[in-house]
Amino acid sequence: MRQSFISQNPSVLWFLAALGLFTVVVTLMSEATGVGLISTSFVKTLGKTLCLCLIAIAMDVVWGYCGILSLGHFAFFGIGGYAIGMWLMYARTEAIVVPNLMAQTIPPTPQEISDAIGNQIFGVVGSAEFPMIWAFADSLFLQLLMVVLVPGLLALVFGWLAFRSRVTGVYLSILTQAMTLALSLYLFQNDSGLRGNNGLSGLQNIPGYEETSQAMISIVFLWGSALALALAYVFFAWVVSGKMGSVVKGIRDNEARVRFLGYHVESYKLFIFTITAIVSGIAGALYYPQAGIINPGELTPIASIYLAVWVAIGGRGRLYGAAIGAAFVSLLSSWFTGGGAPNINLGFYTIQWTDWWLVLLGVSFVAVTLFFPKGIGGLFDYLVRKPS
Amino acid sequence: MSTLLEVDGVTVTFDGFRAINSLSIQFAPAELRAIIGPNGAGKTTFMDIVTGKTKPDEGHVIWGDRNISLLGMSESQIAREGIGRKFQKPTVFEAQTVRQNLAMALKNPRGPFAVLMHKKTPKNAERIEAIATEIGLIDQLARVAGELSHGQKQWLEIGMLLAQDPKLLLVDEPAAGMTVEEREKTTDILRRAAETRAVVVVEHDMEFVRRLGCKVTVLHEGSVLAEGSLDHVTSNQTVIDVYLGRSHA
Repeated sequence: MRQSFISQNPSVLWFLAALGLFTVVVTLMSEATGVGLISTSFVKTLGKTLCLCLIAIAMDVVWGYCGILSLGHFAFFGIGGYAIGMWLMYARTEAIVVPNLMAQTIPPTPQEISDAIGNQIFGVVGSAEFPMIWAFADSLFLQLLMVVLVPGLLALVFGWLAFRSRVTGVYLSILTQAMTLALSLYLFQNDSGLRGNNGLSGLQNIPGYEETSQAMISIVFLWGSALALALAYVFFAWVVSGKMGSVVKGIRDNEARVRFLGYHVESYKLFIFTITAIVSGIAGALYYPQAGIINPGELTPIASIYLAVWVAIGGRGRLYGAAIGAAFVSLLSSWFTGGGAPNINLGFYTIQWTDWWLVLLGVSFVAVTLFFPKGIGGLFDYLVRKPS
Repeated sequence: MSTLLEVDGVTVTFDGFRAINSLSIQFAPAELRAIIGPNGAGKTTFMDIVTGKTKPDEGHVIWGDRNISLLGMSESQIAREGIGRKFQKPTVFEAQTVRQNLAMALKNPRGPFAVLMHKKTPKNAERIEAIATEIGLIDQLARVAGELSHGQKQWLEIGMLLAQDPKLLLVDEPAAGMTVEEREKTTDILRRAAETRAVVVVEHDMEFVRRLGCKVTVLHEGSVLAEGSLDHVTSNQTVIDVYLGRSHA
């Protein structure tokens, strides 16, 4: 069965080979091996890009294959980031605060330690108390569980409510966007328990590895991200192949017909919505330690719209298309907005790409939708002639 | 004669308009039946009620040996109970192959995890091939359904119905847009299917109904106007007035 799955989906092998090659080449050229052709900050950018590819393939499964245009998957991504960020911040603050307290003549009580950590973390929002949601922040294992459970449960409850009411199409998109906006607005509040608009910071410092260089840590995260992407790719490719893929694509193309065939459409949508939300959470948990900081601005609805744009430009309904779209557009975006692209002087007006990039992106999105509905991934159809 | 499906005193109102007006109709386990009637007679609404798409305001829909009520069941539950439906417009999954279309319809566990873990078996492949032979698409299994001709799509949809192995097939205008030869073939497929199960055909085309050679029920303004052989109902003066008279006018 395994063999037939690979032989029916040769693109999986190609993708894994390209991903493996990419990771090895980046590693060999990084500062960690002493070559230093690729700076540590760029290794982190590439690692983050792999995480964006990961959420993009999840988005492709839910949108490109199942037809649910979710504008909420970046919220799940952010939740994953916050969940791991809480542990990173707690453990790191603890590692700094406890030795200081121990140096005093009177040994500190557990309450004093907790207060001191709380003061350090929540001082910026004028508080020192640990909110309820930080109850498990001292346990890496439990916070890792949160990375999976919180997005998964939120998607399950939200999806159950939305799908059983038969909310579909643009209405569902609006609903998911409302969820994202509500979450983001909530997190912006100082008393949300997650430091308001300051967000969580210093996430690049991994507790217990203070002596390890960032060059090394960046490589470890690059490999972690690549591994997660590879596993998710194989998993999703397996889900959308075979009979499950048939049913899911059937739901995309004609939901009512699938229902009259005897399939409980809502269960399938819920399944797809939830597993993709979980993968999005995992992607976020890998992304933010590389970014170093997460704040509510990351969860605003525009982020989820970008995600849809990446998938559309890359090519809906094929996993490698989504991954290529996410990598291509997000890297191009940081090149344009990061001052990499030279400004164009027209004499009467200077096009500054930091301002005009969004216009370019918008125009490309419209152009791709109108003229190349298969996206960048569609170009591969010209290379590989499918036997008909 | 035992009853497979009994619709009893069903009424449906849409914004004050009675689409179905205390309709009562019965079907036997293995019979071929044609339902005719002018536009707006409630033919499609009748199918919507039986398949769970529309909930009636009044009345009962009783199904099978166990005499269970179909009201309150979801579309997918009703489909799993053994009622298959073919839509007026051929609705096959155009992006998928004929084989995938049939495989999706094939009677097998319908839960997400059963489907996720589903493995192709020689037995299923045999069933798919048998159905494809029946509907004359055995050479087209690998083709994408969107490439099929209109008639082939209609047959594929009938094939998907057969693959579901339902006890009752509701078929909405199967001959629409078909050539004469295609119609003949469709008649044969439906007649053979009706040997082992109930097949209910909603049709406008009297010639096609005549070819089916079965009991006919005439609907008018949401209730049964006449029932019997085609010759019997077409000689009924009321039927001539409301339906035939109008269509020949």
